[in-house]
Amino acid sequence: MSPTDSSAAAPAPALLTVRGLQKSFGSNQVLKSVDLTVARGQVLALIGPSGSGKTTVLRCLNGLEIADGGTIEIVGAEDATHAPVVIDFAPAHGKRAGVPKKALGTLRDRSAMVFQHYNLFPHKTVLENVMEGPVVVQRRPRAEVEAEALQLLDRVGLGDKRDSYPFELSGGQQQRVGIVRALALRPTLLLFDEPTSALDPELVGDVLRLIKELAGEGWTMVIVTHELEFAREVATEVAFVDGGTIVEHGDPKELLRNPQHERTRQFLHRLLFPF
Amino acid sequence: MSDTTWQLMLDSLWPMLSGAIMGTIPLALASFAIGLVLALVLALMRLSRRRWLSSIARVYISIVRGTPLLVQLFVIFYGLPPLGIVIDPWPSAILAFSINVGGYAAEVIRAAILSVPKGQWEAAYMIGMSHQRSLTRIILPQAARVSVPPLSNTFISLVKDTSLASLILVTELFRVAQEIAAFSREFMALYLEAALIYWVICLVLSSGQSVLEKRLDRYVAH
Ligand SMILES: Nc1ncnc2c1ncn2[C@@H]1O[C@H](COP(=O)(O)OP(=O)(O)O)[C@@H](O)[C@H]1O
Ligand SMILES: [Mg+2]
Repeated sequence: MSPTDSSAAAPAPALLTVRGLQKSFGSNQVLKSVDLTVARGQVLALIGPSGSGKTTVLRCLNGLEIADGGTIEIVGAEDATHAPVVIDFAPAHGKRAGVPKKALGTLRDRSAMVFQHYNLFPHKTVLENVMEGPVVVQRRPRAEVEAEALQLLDRVGLGDKRDSYPFELSGGQQQRVGIVRALALRPTLLLFDEPTSALDPELVGDVLRLIKELAGEGWTMVIVTHELEFAREVATEVAFVDGGTIVEHGDPKELLRNPQHERTRQFLHRLLFPF
Repeated sequence: MSDTTWQLMLDSLWPMLSGAIMGTIPLALASFAIGLVLALVLALMRLSRRRWLSSIARVYISIVRGTPLLVQLFVIFYGLPPLGIVIDPWPSAILAFSINVGGYAAEVIRAAILSVPKGQWEAAYMIGMSHQRSLTRIILPQAARVSVPPLSNTFISLVKDTSLASLILVTELFRVAQEIAAFSREFMALYLEAALIYWVICLVLSSGQSVLEKRLDRYVAH
C-alpha cells in the first residue's frame, strides 16, 4: 500500500467547520453554541423543532446574519483562489463592524442558499434569475454563463421555461429554478432551508429527487428538512437541533432509529405521529 | 352662447394650447423629473441607518407637506430677492415644484421600497450582491412598479398645480387664459376652455398610466 492509499482511509478533510457559533437577537439567544463539521461531498441534515435555530444556522453560514460568537471555517475548491478562510466572530472583535467585510464576502461567495419560499426575482425571467449572479456579480463571460445556465435548466426539465417569469411557474418549478440559481454560482457549499415545505405535496417528490441527484454527484450540502425519509436516504449525517444547540448528531439511520436523547426521541415521535 | 363667444373660444384655442405645450407641459415634466431624483435621494435618506440623514429627510418632507405650495412658490420668487437671491420666473417655478414633488414622492418611494419582501434582499445578498447593487438591480425595479399608480397621481396633481406659476408671471396655459379673459371680459368661456384642456391632458396621462402599469406588471411578485 502506498502512503496515499493509507491516507484515503482517514476521514475526508472538513470542508466546513463551525465552532461555538452564537447568535442573539436582542436578549433572545437563538444560537447558544453550535458546532458542525461537514466533509467534502457530505450531506448534513439539520432537523429539529420550529424555532430551534436551524434557519439561523444556515443564514450565518451564508453571511445573511452576522454571528456574535464562534468561528466558521470554509475551504474552497481545489484551486489556489479558494484558500481556506476562517471567520472569527469573537466578541472581542466588537459587533458587526469587527467582522471583516471581505471575510463575510468570501462566506457568501462560497455558499449558496436555496430558500424555503424560493425568493426568485419576479421581474426577471427564469434565465435572467439564474444568470444574474454569475454575470453581474462574478463577472463571468455572458455566453459561457448562458450555456451553463441552459444546460442546468435542461437538466431540471425547465429548458423550455427559460423566458418565463416566476409567477408563470408552479411552486415546484420555482424551487427547481431556485436550485439552479444556487448551482450556477458554483458554490462549494449548498444550503437548503426546508426546500419543500412550501410546496404542494404532489410537487415535493421532484425537488427531493433533484437534491438527491446532486448529493450523488458529490455536492456538499447542509439541508434543513422535516422529511425524515429523505434525510435517512440522502444525508450522510443528521444533527438534531434544539434550543440553539446541537443535541446529538450521527449516522442518519442510527440516529433516526435509535436516538440517544429524550428530546430527540420526543421530536421524532411527534413527527411520526402528528395526532 | 353667442357666435362671438364661440369665435373667441376658437381663436383662443391655439394660444392656450401653445401655453400648454410651451409652458404647462415642460414645466410639469422638468419639475417631475428633478423632483423624482430628489425624492429617491430623500427616500433612501429616510431608510438610512444613519439617524442624522434620516432626520434631515424627515424634517424636509414634513415642511414640504405641511406648507402650501403657493407659499413655497412665493417664498422663492418674492421672498428671496430681498436677500439678494433673484431667480427668474421659470427657474423659480421649476425649483418650487421640484422641491414640492420631492417631498411628496419621497414618501411614495419609501413605502414602495419597504413593500418589496425582505426575501428579495436576501436572495440578492445570497448571489453576492452588495447593498447598493441589490437596491438598483433587484429592489428598485420592483418598487417602481408599486409606485406607478401613486406617482401618476402626483404627476397629475403637478400638471394642475403648474397653473400657480401664472402668479409669478410664467406664461403657461392658465396665464394665457387669464390674459385673454381680462381684455375680452369672457371669463366663464375662457376659464371653462382652460379647464377642458387641463382635463384632456389629465385623461391622456391617466391612459398612459394604465399602459405603463400593464407593461410593468411582471415586475411585481404574484
Ligand atoms: N431577524 C430576527 N429577529 C429576531 N428574532 C429572530 C430573527 N430571526 C429569527 N429569530 C428568532 O430566532 C429563533 C429561531 O429562529 P429560526 O432560526 O428561524 O428557527 P427554525 O428555522 O429552527 O424554525 C426564533 O425564536 C425566532 O423568533
Ligand atoms: Mg426555519
